Amino acid sequence: MARSPSVGPSPAPGLVTPVPWWRHRRVVPWVVQGAVALTVLVVVAFLLGNLIRNLTAAGLLLTWNWLGQPAGFDISETLLPFNAELPYWRGLAAGLVNTLRVVITGLVGSTLVGTLLGMASFSGNALLRGLTRTYVEVVRNIPLLLQLVFWYFVVFLSLPNGTAALQLPGVVLAKSGLYLAGFGDGLHWIGPQLQNGVWQAPLRLSVEFGALLTGLIAYTAAFIAEVVRGGIAAVPKGQWEAASSLGLSWWQTLIKVVLPQALRVIVPGLNTQFISLAKNSSLAVAVGYTDLYSVAETTLNQTGRAVEVVLLLLGTYLALDLFISLLMNGLNRLVQIRER
Amino acid sequence: MRPSARRWLPLAVLLAVGLVGCAPEGGGGVQSTKMGTITSRGKLICGVDGSLPGFSFVGSDGTYSGLDVDVCKAMAAALFGDPGKVEYRNLNSSERFAALASGEVDLLSRNTTMTLSRDAAGGNALSFAPPTFYDGQGVMVPTASGITTLKALAGKPICVESGTTTELNLADRMREQNIPYTPLKFQTGDQTYAAYLQGRCVAVTSDRSQLAGKRSSFPQPDAHTLLPDVMSKEPLAPATVNADPVWADAVRWTVNTLFQAEELGITKANIAAKVAEAKANPNQADLRRFLGVEGEFGKQLGLPADFVPKIIAAVGNYGEIFDRNVGPGSRLKLDRGVNRQWKEGGLIYSPPFR
Repeated sequence: MARSPSVGPSPAPGLVTPVPWWRHRRVVPWVVQGAVALTVLVVVAFLLGNLIRNLTAAGLLLTWNWLGQPAGFDISETLLPFNAELPYWRGLAAGLVNTLRVVITGLVGSTLVGTLLGMASFSGNALLRGLTRTYVEVVRNIPLLLQLVFWYFVVFLSLPNGTAALQLPGVVLAKSGLYLAGFGDGLHWIGPQLQNGVWQAPLRLSVEFGALLTGLIAYTAAFIAEVVRGGIAAVPKGQWEAASSLGLSWWQTLIKVVLPQALRVIVPGLNTQFISLAKNSSLAVAVGYTDLYSVAETTLNQTGRAVEVVLLLLGTYLALDLFISLLMNGLNRLVQIRER
Repeated sequence: MRPSARRWLPLAVLLAVGLVGCAPEGGGGVQSTKMGTITSRGKLICGVDGSLPGFSFVGSDGTYSGLDVDVCKAMAAALFGDPGKVEYRNLNSSERFAALASGEVDLLSRNTTMTLSRDAAGGNALSFAPPTFYDGQGVMVPTASGITTLKALAGKPICVESGTTTELNLADRMREQNIPYTPLKFQTGDQTYAAYLQGRCVAVTSDRSQLAGKRSSFPQPDAHTLLPDVMSKEPLAPATVNADPVWADAVRWTVNTLFQAEELGITKANIAAKVAEAKANPNQADLRRFLGVEGEFGKQLGLPADFVPKIIAAVGNYGEIFDRNVGPGSRLKLDRGVNRQWKEGGLIYSPPFR
């Protein structure tokens, strides 16, 4: 049916004026998103182009040959063997292993301490509850760097040294580190010994490692305690009441009834805290622990390859954090309720 | 700036290099982009250590003093006729080159050792002025430890600032002599010396002048001894970037001015009389040229014609600077040693002003 041209203020019912394309519901989002994407692309391309142009002009275009050059510096504490004659990449690898060492032990430690703290904030004991709350509030609100410096310079470096070190059978705690008995050459059980004024033992943890680990655990545990507390609080009160009416103790209720349900809320929050811990481990350089960042900084200074070293650092920390996220997302899927 | 923020400074600076871009090429003659920037800004930005007595140290009243600081002041006097027109930036050993390369500081006068890789265009691409202090790496131990040789440090922890030539020299010397040791690296000098004073390390290693300077600020300076071993050559020199040779020349000849003035016996006290003397005696051509009464040295460098009298009036000659900051007039009481004038058998030597 042919429409009569309508000039009146209101079109006839059922007659739809075509919406112009710039107001179309399907077109507009595309246009907006396209414009944003284009702007981002142009900015990134401009910055990258500028960087490459300027680096070329300065004769500093990215090269990686230096990774194979002898490093020329030593690392005091490594799991991977390293000395000054080995190439830079070996030094960086040793630094990465040192970082992983503190991150992994830190994750385990802070999870344990944080969970206990979070649970304690639901304790019937008012003193325990109060102490936990105070701890969390104090630790959360002081910068981590300051805390690390405190642990290192004030606590650990105040330990006695040499013969005055704190000694227990098989264990010595001195200013230079924690020494533990273990199997030496030929499977002999060897305890810590003082040789030439320096403690020697099969197992040694330096105070630098100790201060960093303690600082990271103390700090991250406070945040994890809050995550755990939030998770527990999210479980309805009726669950507690039902469990206790069945005759379960406080501890049994928490472990068997409340925590399994709380985990669903806790795990995503833990992910954030774990990632933070991995990133915060780069503060190691403040307390003399030779982690990846510390080795990279020395490398950067000796080689002058600042862009490459920083890119390596960025990539490594990104990969580490993404890996932690991947694991935590897997864990998250495990603890979620499966709808049947 | 918060320390944690400082740690990422090199990255920020790099990005800044990339984003802002290098300054356009300096044209011929005395057109220096850097000097133009400094002049229009009205002050010089000088990168210093800031925590090293004798070289650059912030006093309790917030003023800077030291040999490195006096080089900054001399440069400001040459440019503006006013040694106060300097803004100081404290830089740690890891930040310093990035800060200079990005243009955050105009001049690095921060007990920096001149080396091939730092000078080379393919390395850090710096341009060094003549060394203002010839130093060597030493080791300091608590006197009570009874340690007198490097060998006695075998297996013991040694504190060192990371990212310094010191760190590498230590590794080289110990490797040469087959002495196992444990290097404990810290990002700043303050952390390094704090760990040493707390007894974490049996020894601390750095340039001998720096050790002497730090020792003078310890609670008990006498309780620490410098070992006689000199582990390396450490010529400490002010630095600028390769990209602006005009500016680098101005810095180089400002330092040479300090040396030349000492050689000629021109001091802060007699500079006015010397200028008057030069003006009154047309036959003293050397003095007249040096003091800018005749010739156009200033113009050739892009500096005022009377830059030499301005520098000397502001900070005195090299000998005066040395004595005041690290020599007999200071707490460090260092000997001139190889830092004497060449005529007295030292290494301080200015090429001719002609």
